[in-house]
Amino acid sequence: MDLVLTQIFNGLQYGLLIFLAASGLTLVLGIMGVINLSHGSFYMLGAYLSLTLTSLTGDIFLSLALGIPIAFLFGAAIEWLFIRHLYARDHLQQVLLTFGLILVFNELQRMIWGTFPHSVPIPSYLSGSVKIFGLMSYPVYRIAVAGLCILLALAMMFVIQRTKIGRMIRAGESNREMVEVLGIDTRLLFRFVFAAGVSLAAAGGIIAAPIESVYPGIGESVLITSLVVVVIGGIGSVRGAFVGALLIGLADAFGKVYLPQFASVVVYALMAAVLVTRPGGLFGRA
Amino acid sequence: MTAPVLAAEKINTYYGHSHILRGVDFRVMPRETVSLLGRNGMGKTTLLRSLVGLVKPRTGHVIFNGADITGNRPSFIARAGLAFIPEDRGIFPNLTVIENLTFAARPGRGTRPDWTLERIYSLFPRLAERRTHWGNELSGGEQKMLSIGRALMTNPDIILFDEATEGLAPKVRDEIWATLRQVAATGIAAVVVDKNLDDLLALAERHVVMAKGEIVFDGTTQVLKADEALIHRHLGV
Repeated sequence: MDLVLTQIFNGLQYGLLIFLAASGLTLVLGIMGVINLSHGSFYMLGAYLSLTLTSLTGDIFLSLALGIPIAFLFGAAIEWLFIRHLYARDHLQQVLLTFGLILVFNELQRMIWGTFPHSVPIPSYLSGSVKIFGLMSYPVYRIAVAGLCILLALAMMFVIQRTKIGRMIRAGESNREMVEVLGIDTRLLFRFVFAAGVSLAAAGGIIAAPIESVYPGIGESVLITSLVVVVIGGIGSVRGAFVGALLIGLADAFGKVYLPQFASVVVYALMAAVLVTRPGGLFGRA
Repeated sequence: MTAPVLAAEKINTYYGHSHILRGVDFRVMPRETVSLLGRNGMGKTTLLRSLVGLVKPRTGHVIFNGADITGNRPSFIARAGLAFIPEDRGIFPNLTVIENLTFAARPGRGTRPDWTLERIYSLFPRLAERRTHWGNELSGGEQKMLSIGRALMTNPDIILFDEATEGLAPKVRDEIWATLRQVAATGIAAVVVDKNLDDLLALAERHVVMAKGEIVFDGTTQVLKADEALIHRHLGV
């Protein structure tokens, strides 16, 4: 029972982190039609920002507050420099350019931070563990990470469902041309969506840094998992990404414990099962 | 002499190597409703898309309210006061009726009283009943009403309406024509593309007929009605 509960918590917490990365990926694919393979690099950017900013400020949450706007500006610049040229191009060209960006970002990371793994300290006020349901003890920082992810997810859902920019994002997902025809400059909308996606992925990397160590290529597994989440949830659906990420988190956590020899294929098996039953994803349009 | 609200001056538009619009001159005066006629594939939709900036004419100019808007982004042209309702209506399926209506709502620049949600709901009571429904839950007729309402909420100086009643039941068509007459009476200029010649003759004062990317007729209802050969040749009636 203890183990089951621990794995539920681990799975949900991992899933929530993956959601931060996957939500940006699904929006960029759903609205702009761009397959962005370099999205994992923004998670990596977050992890390394966490390393640098925490050593400067001494606190992970200050790093988060500084890191999100830095990542937003970085994302806006990348969109302006590279991504906007891809909107009218086919998927092969998108994959080639964004794969090239991964190589460039990895090289930049080596030049700036080197190849040694680093660790980011957990703040003292969140160290230690608490007893949950009187059954198991669970690290406080992991609970805080899950809470923060839920807050960010709720904030994002609020923006998408209740605000003007959210209406534009939803409309852009169904009919880009009409959004422009109605007077919305889609260049700015796309730049905002891309930059917001980058900052969400970076936020994931920042708060995850004290849990995992920070190492070169940290974003690559996140990219693959996020792509699986996007397929499961349905392209362009943030709600789908949320449910998909939690499913993947739980499948991964339980797969590692109960099917260790198949642990690496459990998430793909889940994706295959969804594709067979609902080809458009759980919340996507078939 | 009054200047046109919208004018195309010798525009040539291409899709790839295909030469679609061939030196088209077209103008709409303030408060005027113009019908745009012609068989399928003659360039009507391409003309509308060239006017709203969705395709850029290779040569020639588009003038709106005295300013050259050739090559400007559709969003810029829309904010300047030009509304476009495409044939497929362009309703956002994942937005509610209210969200669709208020999506691009903005105050007008002219002296006309602004269109508001209340005015749209009194024009289309059906939309008021369905205000919380998603765009994809509406019938074709309701979507058409929504697309008109959404265009009006931008308080434009002119509306370009492609295939106004295509695919609608006769009763709904009559409703749309009646609405267009009401809208025209408010002083908004309009260009209407449709296949129902009689309804267009009743609605518009001036008619423009296109054939093979060129304008082959531009005149009043009276003159068009009298030219049976032209109607037979280019409109297949």
